[in-house]
Amino acid sequence: MSTVFKKSTNGREGVWPAKPEKSASGYLPADLLRGKSAGLPSLSELDVVRHFTQLSKKNFGVDGNFYPLGSCTMKYNPKFAETVAAMPGFTRLHPVLPQLKGAGRLCQGALEVMYETEQLLCEICGMKAFTLHPMAGAHGELTGVMIIAAYHKDKGNKKTKIICPDSAHGTNPASAAIAGYEVVNLPSKDGIVDPDELAKVLDDQVAGMMMTCPNTLGLFEKNLPKIVEMLRSVDALLYYDGANLNAIMGKMRVGDAGFDVVHLNLHKTFATPHGGGGPGAGPVGVSERLVPYLPISRVEKLEDGQFFLNYDFPKSIGYVAPFYGNFGVVLKAYAYILRLGKAGLIRATEAAVLAANYLRKRLDAHLEVPYDRVCMHEFVATSCKQATCGVRALDIAKMLLDKGYHAPTIYFPLIVKEALMFEPTETESLDTLDQFADDLIALLAESEKDPSFATSAPRTLPVTRLDETRAARSMELTDDL
Amino acid sequence: MPYVPHTPEDIRRMLDVIGAPSVAALFDEIPAGLRPKSFDLPEGKSEMDVLAQLEELARKNATGHVSFLGAGFYDHHIPSAVDALSMRSEFYTAYTPYQPEASQGTLQAIFEYQTAVTRLTGLAYANASVYDGGSALFEGAMMAVRHTGRRKLVVCEGVSPIYRVMLGSYTANLHLELVTVPHKNGMCDLAALASALDAETAAVVVQNPNFFGTVADFTALFAAARAAGVVSVMSVYPVLQSVLKSPGEMGADVAVAEGQSLGLPLSFGGPYLGIMTCNKELVRQMPGRMVGRTVDSEGRTGYVLTLQAREQHIRRQKATSNICSNQALCALRALMHLCLLGQEGLTRTAETCIERAHYAAERLTAIPGVKLLSGNAPFGNEFALELPVNAFAVIDKLTARGYVPGFPLGRYYDGLENALLVACTEKTTTEQIGIFAEMLRGALK
Repeated sequence: MSTVFKKSTNGREGVWPAKPEKSASGYLPADLLRGKSAGLPSLSELDVVRHFTQLSKKNFGVDGNFYPLGSCTMKYNPKFAETVAAMPGFTRLHPVLPQLKGAGRLCQGALEVMYETEQLLCEICGMKAFTLHPMAGAHGELTGVMIIAAYHKDKGNKKTKIICPDSAHGTNPASAAIAGYEVVNLPSKDGIVDPDELAKVLDDQVAGMMMTCPNTLGLFEKNLPKIVEMLRSVDALLYYDGANLNAIMGKMRVGDAGFDVVHLNLHKTFATPHGGGGPGAGPVGVSERLVPYLPISRVEKLEDGQFFLNYDFPKSIGYVAPFYGNFGVVLKAYAYILRLGKAGLIRATEAAVLAANYLRKRLDAHLEVPYDRVCMHEFVATSCKQATCGVRALDIAKMLLDKGYHAPTIYFPLIVKEALMFEPTETESLDTLDQFADDLIALLAESEKDPSFATSAPRTLPVTRLDETRAARSMELTDDL
Repeated sequence: MPYVPHTPEDIRRMLDVIGAPSVAALFDEIPAGLRPKSFDLPEGKSEMDVLAQLEELARKNATGHVSFLGAGFYDHHIPSAVDALSMRSEFYTAYTPYQPEASQGTLQAIFEYQTAVTRLTGLAYANASVYDGGSALFEGAMMAVRHTGRRKLVVCEGVSPIYRVMLGSYTANLHLELVTVPHKNGMCDLAALASALDAETAAVVVQNPNFFGTVADFTALFAAARAAGVVSVMSVYPVLQSVLKSPGEMGADVAVAEGQSLGLPLSFGGPYLGIMTCNKELVRQMPGRMVGRTVDSEGRTGYVLTLQAREQHIRRQKATSNICSNQALCALRALMHLCLLGQEGLTRTAETCIERAHYAAERLTAIPGVKLLSGNAPFGNEFALELPVNAFAVIDKLTARGYVPGFPLGRYYDGLENALLVACTEKTTTEQIGIFAEMLRGALK
């Protein structure tokens, strides 16, 4: 399908909001103006509508396809939340409004949403305070590590290192490095963090450790109390990567468990849509001793019930976002939490864990599951056995695409070879899980007879396998290159 | 229970297959000591009741005001087709396009977005976007730091103070030196910027139009930077980029922008869009996702995420950035917006914004005691007024009458307590400008 630029026809009228009396040269000297037109396309509204409608048909999404992409929590996104985020009372609100002295009265509803969401997240996680500012999960990680750094700086601690288990998401070490820390890699034992291994790398230089619990193998970190104690002994802080919160909501609170910082992925646990890669939202919660370092502004409630933004926190790390985070995303998460309530959130976690364990048991005779015990909301299988006949995790993923399923996450976590990570989520029915398991088992049987059946998949989609090496070499990143 | 489809019978069947006595037993691994001390949340509500509650909150926000607020974030008309198309669930409910064969829609759209934004900035390469204009500016500066191996950033005070605070926060632990070159009456001090460049300087960072709305030509500064081995980083306003001299034409190395003005509602601060483009020399320092064109095994054109060796899931702590997503849906909306308006539509929009702002400046400076902060300096759709009184006082008075007259520059700039930043877009009418002028005249009497 040709690009939208190739469809341009000179003279075709699109949506032209306004007609000026003079051109720009009537107001600005010529040397400040473009010499060459930007070359945007000329298209009718229908040209554009048809182009993007046809493009959309080349995509899988949760609404149309089961999407068991491990670690990404691709649950159903309720539609009513979109109605909320599209309310003009929210979309038309200029972000600098509350910065005009006294004009906080013009956005009390929005400030209340932010305040109430923070309160709810505090209760869900057992933290003292939350900031909604971080604009994605990785951005929450960076914010959290910056808070850790500010804490140590304030106490006069000279700390240079952050520990990341080898099962961690790649963003953890990257976030720690971007915040200025040296990253220490910690090997797992039996799929979880081992206190003896931790003791080998733990010293006074350690500022903190980043953990996911359950970890990326879907396993609960049983040694958590011991780990907390060890870190406290050197005044190191414990960071919780909330990517996997959907496994423990209502069953464990990270604050109660001894974590000092947590980021949440509202686009995972709290059902806001992923949008093809964003926007997300990555609010960060902290324990009491870290409250002074949270980003500014912070929303507060006065005795008369009015809400306002407080910028007066001298120890704050400053601004991590231009304003108050991805407010439109926060709105959807707030609406989702209100809709589900206490029982609904607990039920979501239970059903997510039930579905993951059911799928694990349906598949473990056909795909090896290296840590085949009760998992949390996701599990990791390996196709090492199939790989000996030339069928790799990638090939299994591609066969699933042909069947109309999105593939599980593959080759992650890095500590399992030929990894396939399944996360069915709580919103998929038993029928869907059964059909998926039956189809996957049949595909595995077919590929055992004929590996080329797998290695030549997919065959039914708009494209077959793509030449990624060529893409990296030719660097054709735009239509003009 | 909403959104969970399992019946009691389903749950029994699932537990049987798992071999667990109960759902509770699946959580046995969580030690008793780690169970929640409380989980005191409200009971769930129906969809109808939640909508009613949120409607009520939305009504507590005053959105009926006539607003001249800008400060980098503008209320432009968004074609209805942008909403209709971007809400298609195939785009909306997809994840990052890790499986390209099942994501050609998202991937081609990002490729087209990359093309559109490079055409606006006049630089050859773009990434698939980052969080917002401020994080784009930080990432652009870090590209320069990595590319040059130097640790000093020379930043014009005309760069959005919001972004400069973000830059300060992000670089707090990175052992970088930030040098801010003061503005001169709301204009960039080009001579002072040029003389601040030295052998330690990684980047010179400017904005056009700057925060005060004035427009400049940075060609000579960027040439001086190049000669000194300094990377030029420029932040722009994409709507006006349809008419203003592009960063590419001025010789910038990196151009970034807040993309909110392209099809994204103000939404109280987000989600927005961080646009990043650069020249060929810098492309391997680019953070975040990028989409490239290639062919499939049958020779057909297709699109994939590319140059992933820079990224965190492969490079971990050695990655160019920790960013692992983009604002895909926002980038998609920006692309749709640009396609729906087209070259002509975007140009007319920009020219209308500029025209309304010049009309407003003329009307407002006709009031005794009111003048332009930057005198005769050229400006786009926004300008700074110097008032005879504190700007906050005027804002208070006019806001009470349903007009938000602009942004008080004193909030970020010492000595500019009397300065008011006024923005117009194509939505601002001449009637509104007239009423604003009369209100201001009355308020200053």
